Amino acid sequence: MNAERLARFIVIALAIGLPFIAVIGSPDAQAIEIHGSVSETGGWAPADLTATAGRPIRLRLTSDDVMHGFAVGQSDAPAVDVKPGEVTELTLTFDQPGKYVFYCTRWCGLNHWRMRGTIQVEGQATAASDEPPLYVKLGLDIDAAHPAGVLPALRPSAARGAKLGVTIPAEFSSLDDYRPRSPVETWGAFRGASFTRGLSDQDVWDLVAVDWRSHTTPEAMQVGARLYAENCAACHGESGAGDGVMAAAIENQSHLDHAAKPVADFSDPVSMLGAKPAALQGKIVRGGMGTNMPYWGPIFTEAQTWALVDYLFAFQFEMEDEP
Amino acid sequence: MTLTSPRTRRFDLTRLPLVKPLLRSRWPQFLVTVIALSGFLFAIITGLAGTPVGSRNFGIVFVWIAWWALLMLIAVPLLGRGWCSICPIPVPGEWLQRGAVLKPNGRGWGLARRWPRRLRNIWLQNASFALVALFSAVVLTQPAATGIVLAAFLFIAVGASLIFERRAFCRYLCPVGGFIGLYSQIAPIEVRVKDISICAAHTEKTCYIGDAEGYGCPWQSFPGGLAKNTYCGACMECLRTCPHDNIAINLRPFGDDLIKPIGRRLDEAFKAFIMLGSAVAYSAVMLGTWGDLKSAAYAVGSGEWFAYAIAFLAFIFGVLPGAFLLAIVAGQRLSGSTAKTKSTFIHMAYALVPLGLAAWIAFSLSFVFTNLSYLWPALSDPLGRGWNLLGAAHAQWTPYLTQAMPMLQAIVLLGGLLWSSATARRIAGERLSARAAMRQSLPVAGFCLIVTAGLLGLLIG
Repeated sequence: MNAERLARFIVIALAIGLPFIAVIGSPDAQAIEIHGSVSETGGWAPADLTATAGRPIRLRLTSDDVMHGFAVGQSDAPAVDVKPGEVTELTLTFDQPGKYVFYCTRWCGLNHWRMRGTIQVEGQATAASDEPPLYVKLGLDIDAAHPAGVLPALRPSAARGAKLGVTIPAEFSSLDDYRPRSPVETWGAFRGASFTRGLSDQDVWDLVAVDWRSHTTPEAMQVGARLYAENCAACHGESGAGDGVMAAAIENQSHLDHAAKPVADFSDPVSMLGAKPAALQGKIVRGGMGTNMPYWGPIFTEAQTWALVDYLFAFQFEMEDEP
Repeated sequence: MTLTSPRTRRFDLTRLPLVKPLLRSRWPQFLVTVIALSGFLFAIITGLAGTPVGSRNFGIVFVWIAWWALLMLIAVPLLGRGWCSICPIPVPGEWLQRGAVLKPNGRGWGLARRWPRRLRNIWLQNASFALVALFSAVVLTQPAATGIVLAAFLFIAVGASLIFERRAFCRYLCPVGGFIGLYSQIAPIEVRVKDISICAAHTEKTCYIGDAEGYGCPWQSFPGGLAKNTYCGACMECLRTCPHDNIAINLRPFGDDLIKPIGRRLDEAFKAFIMLGSAVAYSAVMLGTWGDLKSAAYAVGSGEWFAYAIAFLAFIFGVLPGAFLLAIVAGQRLSGSTAKTKSTFIHMAYALVPLGLAAWIAFSLSFVFTNLSYLWPALSDPLGRGWNLLGAAHAQWTPYLTQAMPMLQAIVLLGGLLWSSATARRIAGERLSARAAMRQSLPVAGFCLIVTAGLLGLLIG
């Protein structure tokens, strides 16, 4: 081989062959590569996956812009971080067929909550299908306003209520009574009952707080607090006052053909003491149609949703004695 | 040490063992160039098809951090146009033009037209640099933009080689080549003839025409007439074609070309302003704390970007040369010089070359060492596919030399200020008495002082 031919061979081998081999060489052809980017530039791609129940699927997750997180709704699997330009590998196995939602778990931008995708899992179902949520069974109009006509003078306190030494009769305190009834309705029911005779209106409000505390647990409150901080606080604010870092921007978004409703203020007793737990759960599950409230039904388990509802009332009720 | 020419303080490196055979042989240069071409093509591919995350993209990191560091901190200050001698951009077109990869080997392709006479200057290079600079905030951060720009360079270089003779792209179009040429006047190395009388007697002029051993000067320079590095691409063709062994690769004092009172031109003078002004603008946009400025530079096509573009162009083509002109006029008044203002302006502008290079080195020190740690994951996973070739795919961003950086930058900038001031005095002294030269150069030194103070403020705070 003369020098010129050798040089040409080297040119072809190095300058063309090397990049070509590097480009076509893929580390894992079986894995599905999912690229994440903020919703404004496309969200997850691909966003619709298919799988078969009982068979693992391998995912290779990468972010094309900022830090994202990946989790599958109604799943115990922990969220994983999806870092810009890096690849996170993940294997998922679904026991049950159905349509699962995967979503971003990091506040990546204004429309973070829109960054979702689905995994359609085919196969034979072995478990009973889910029941409809309580607000559907009750036929509640969860979009209707629910102002409380009566308000407490002080923030109701379960600790003060417990000190009254009053036992709330079982017919007033079952879970079936609690969830369809707003606090102000519970207050009305308590006020008209004989066990509150001689108590002040504020005392009765404190008993309403006792009733709320009796239907939750410290563990559920912890779960609710975590979910709130991770998913709600950006808009609703740490104090629940609707003043989260994203609130102003999200209210000014122009994709709605009408003025967006303000972000709900959980610190407002007029609204919250008139809200039925079942209606709040419905809002969380379904989302606020015509508002910017995302739907969390495919993401939170039912227990998580109720834990979150329990936590929302903590913006109105004191659970323990104030220090 | 052997002095090889009438010029003093020079040492011909070709006298060292192995140097001349290594430089005359095409293989070392060819292999390095092919490796560079491979990296260049890979940078285009990764820019267009790799991860869109700039800090993890091989194209962005390789070109704008690794190559830039190599170029501005080492190659240009020490080797002048050393990079041009192995630059991969023109070689595909050049190979097609020559019909050969190595030695002359028959007939190549192309029209071999002469470059238009009116464009035989570096105004197009000035414009091409300013054009790229306008989009630099995007090009330096968006891999696709980097891929497109690099591919465009390659495409234009191939086109230029197929239409025009020799390296028209390098000589008249390349935005990088323009400033390398300007700053190569500082480098302590040069390609020159040993004895000009030998060239004068050599009627064949194989260094310019070419022969069986090599090509005529690709840069369209006659080695016998070389007085400055500006238009010598250090390609070594003249070393191969000179039958009289009359080519030297000299080590010389830094900045030797700047004090030669010949070949000074307005287009090169403006290159000095463009580069100095761009260093200031880049420092403000990329290292400054003004979010609105950064956003405007990034929002290509928006009203804010147009405002930024106008301000940038006005600064490098208007404000800076205008302020310098005032300094020249003031110097003339002080010194009583009767020289033409335009001529003095052009000559004295070369005094800005050391400060300009110092500004780019100071900017690059901060830019490069802040971002150098991005190189390790980009090399480990060049396509963003989850590879870990070097075990550094998950290396965290770590800025280097953060403690020493302000001191380094201050030393470089103050060194550039002193060097420019001294050069201004020497240039003024070419036509004036020592006392008048001092007075002519004082306002220029003041101009340099203001620019240096501005850069110190931007880079060090």
